Amino acid sequence: MSLFQLLNGLTFAALLFVVASGFTLIFGLLRIVNLAHGALYLFGGYIGFTVATKTGSFVLGGIGAMAAIAAIGFVLDQGLLRFVRGNELRQVLLTLGVAFFLNDLALVIWGGDSFTVPIPQLLRGGTKVFGTFYPVYRLFVLGMGIFVFAALWLLLNRTRLGALIRAGVDDAEMVEASGVNIQRVFLFTFLFGSALAGLGGLMGGAFLSLYPSADAEILTFSLAVVIIGGRGSLVGVAVGSLLVGLLNTLGQVMFPELAYFVIFGPMAVLLAFRPLGLFGRAT
Amino acid sequence: MTMDPHAPRPSLLAGLTGRAAAIAAVVVIAASGLPLVLSNYQVGLATEVLIFGILAMSIDILAGFAGRTSLGHGAIFGVATYVVVYCTAQAGLPPVASFALGVLAATAVAAVFALLAVRTSGVYFLLLTLALGMIVWGVCLRWTQVTGGENGMRGDVRPVLLLGHHAFYWAVLAGAAIVSFAMWRFVRSPFGLTLRGIRDSESRMRSLGYNVPLHLFIGFTVSGFFAGVAGALYAMFNNFVSPSTVALAQSVEGVLMMIAGGVGTLFGAFVGAAAIIALENVVSAYTERWQMVLGVTFVLIMIFAPEGITGKLRNMLSRKVR
Repeated sequence: MSLFQLLNGLTFAALLFVVASGFTLIFGLLRIVNLAHGALYLFGGYIGFTVATKTGSFVLGGIGAMAAIAAIGFVLDQGLLRFVRGNELRQVLLTLGVAFFLNDLALVIWGGDSFTVPIPQLLRGGTKVFGTFYPVYRLFVLGMGIFVFAALWLLLNRTRLGALIRAGVDDAEMVEASGVNIQRVFLFTFLFGSALAGLGGLMGGAFLSLYPSADAEILTFSLAVVIIGGRGSLVGVAVGSLLVGLLNTLGQVMFPELAYFVIFGPMAVLLAFRPLGLFGRAT
Repeated sequence: MTMDPHAPRPSLLAGLTGRAAAIAAVVVIAASGLPLVLSNYQVGLATEVLIFGILAMSIDILAGFAGRTSLGHGAIFGVATYVVVYCTAQAGLPPVASFALGVLAATAVAAVFALLAVRTSGVYFLLLTLALGMIVWGVCLRWTQVTGGENGMRGDVRPVLLLGHHAFYWAVLAGAAIVSFAMWRFVRSPFGLTLRGIRDSESRMRSLGYNVPLHLFIGFTVSGFFAGVAGALYAMFNNFVSPSTVALAQSVEGVLMMIAGGVGTLFGAFVGAAAIIALENVVSAYTERWQMVLGVTFVLIMIFAPEGITGKLRNMLSRKVR
C-alpha cells in the first residue's frame, strides 16, 4: 500500500471516527441503537452544503449543520423515542422508520443529484507529505478527527459532565439514585452525538460528496466500527475506525468487487467470538 | 431432548382441533375463490400478499418463538430469487430444478448467518443480521458479471403450466397453505417448545441441559428455508431480480409485516402482509413518497401498536367486553 493510499485510509478513518463516536456515545449511555444516525449524517451534509453555499462560509456551514442536526435529534429523542423508553427492540425499529422517512425527505428537498460541499480557499490545493503530493483538505479532516478525539477524551475524563456520562454508561440507576438528573445528561448526550453526525456530514460532504444512498453506506461503516470497537468505548471507536478505514482502502485497492467482504468478514467473525467487541464490557 | 419412550407418538395433526381445522379450511376455500371476483391486477396483489406472508411468517418463527428479530431475512429471501432467476435465465435449467436450487442456496446462506448469529441476542443479533444482509446486498450490487449489477436480471422463470394469473395464484396459495401448516407444526413441536423456552430464559434452558446454540442454529436455518421458499416463489412472480430485492428495505418490510400481523401469531403474518401491501398500493396511487409513508407507518406502529394490528384489535375487543 503506497503512502497515498495509507493517507486515504487514515483520513477516511478520521471521518468515520467523528460519525461513529456520536453513534457509540448514544449507544453506550442511552442503550439506543440509533439507525437514523446515517440519515442525520446525510441531512447534516445537505444542510451544511446549503448554508455554506448561501453564506460562502465553511465555518458557518459547520455550525449550521451541527445546530440543525442537534435540533432534529431533540425532536427524535423527546418527540418519538420517549414513548418507547426501556424497550431496546422498539427503539431500534423506530429509529429505522425515522431513517427511511428522513432519507426520502432529503430526496424531496435536495433531489437525487450529488453535491459536494465547497472547500474554503485556505484548504484547497495540495501539499507535499513525505514526498507525496496530497490534498490539504483531507489532511484537515485527519486533523479534525484527532481534534475531536482529544476533545472527547478531555470531556469524558476531565470534566464533571464526562464523569457523569461514564458513570451512566456503567450504571445509570445508581447515578440517578445519587441525586443526579440523569435524564438531562441523557438528553445532552443525544444532542451532542447527533451534532457529531451533522459535523461528519459536512466534513464528508466535501470529499465523498452527498447522494441519496450515502446515509446507508456511512451507517453500515459506523455499525462496523461500533461492533468492532465495542459499545460506549472511545478508544474502541478510534481503533475500530482505524481498522475499518484502512481495511476499506485496502479492499478497494485489491478486490474492488468484493470490498464489502474485506470489512464485514472480519467484523462478523469478531462478533461471533467477542460478541461485545474489542473494548466492550458486559453490563 | 428426553421423551418418554412409552408415550404414544404424537400424530402429525396433534393439537389441530376440529374448530381450527374448520377455520383453516374455510379461509383456504375463500382465498381460492378470490380470483373469481377480483381483476387480474388484484389477483397479482393477492399473490404478492401470499408470498410476503410466507416471508413474514418465517421471520416470526425466530422473532415470536425464539425471541430474536432478524433484519437479514430479506437477503436470504433475495438469494433464492437471484439463484432461481440465474439458473433459468443464464444456466437454462428447468423451473423446478432452479426452484429447488434457489431454496437450497437460501438455506445454505441462512446456515452461514446462523453460525455467526446464534451467539448473540437482543440488539446485537439485530445488528449482526443487518450487517450480514448488507454483505449480500453489496455482493449482488458489485458482482456484475453474475448478478447483472444494478440492472439486475430478467428471465422467464414460470413453468408453462402456471403462466396464467389465476393458475399461478392457485399454485402459490397451495404452496402457502402447505408451508404455513409446516411452520405451524414446527413451532408446536417439542423442538418449537424448546425455542420458546430459550426465548423466555436462555440460562434456565442451558442449565436444564439443552444445547442452546444448536437449537438456535437449527431454528434459524429452518426459518431461512421458508424465507427461501418465499423468495423462489417471488422469482416466478416477478420474473426479474435486482439488488433492491436483497436490500435492507426488503428485510424491513418483512419485519414490519410480521409486527403488523402480531409477533408470535404466525398466521397474523398474512394479515400484516395484506395491510402493508394494500397501504403501499393506495399510497402509490396518490404520491411517489412510499418510502416516507413506510417510515411513518413503522414509527406509528412502534409507538401505538407494537403488539400488531391483530393484537391491537384483540385488546380493544376484550376491553369492550369488560
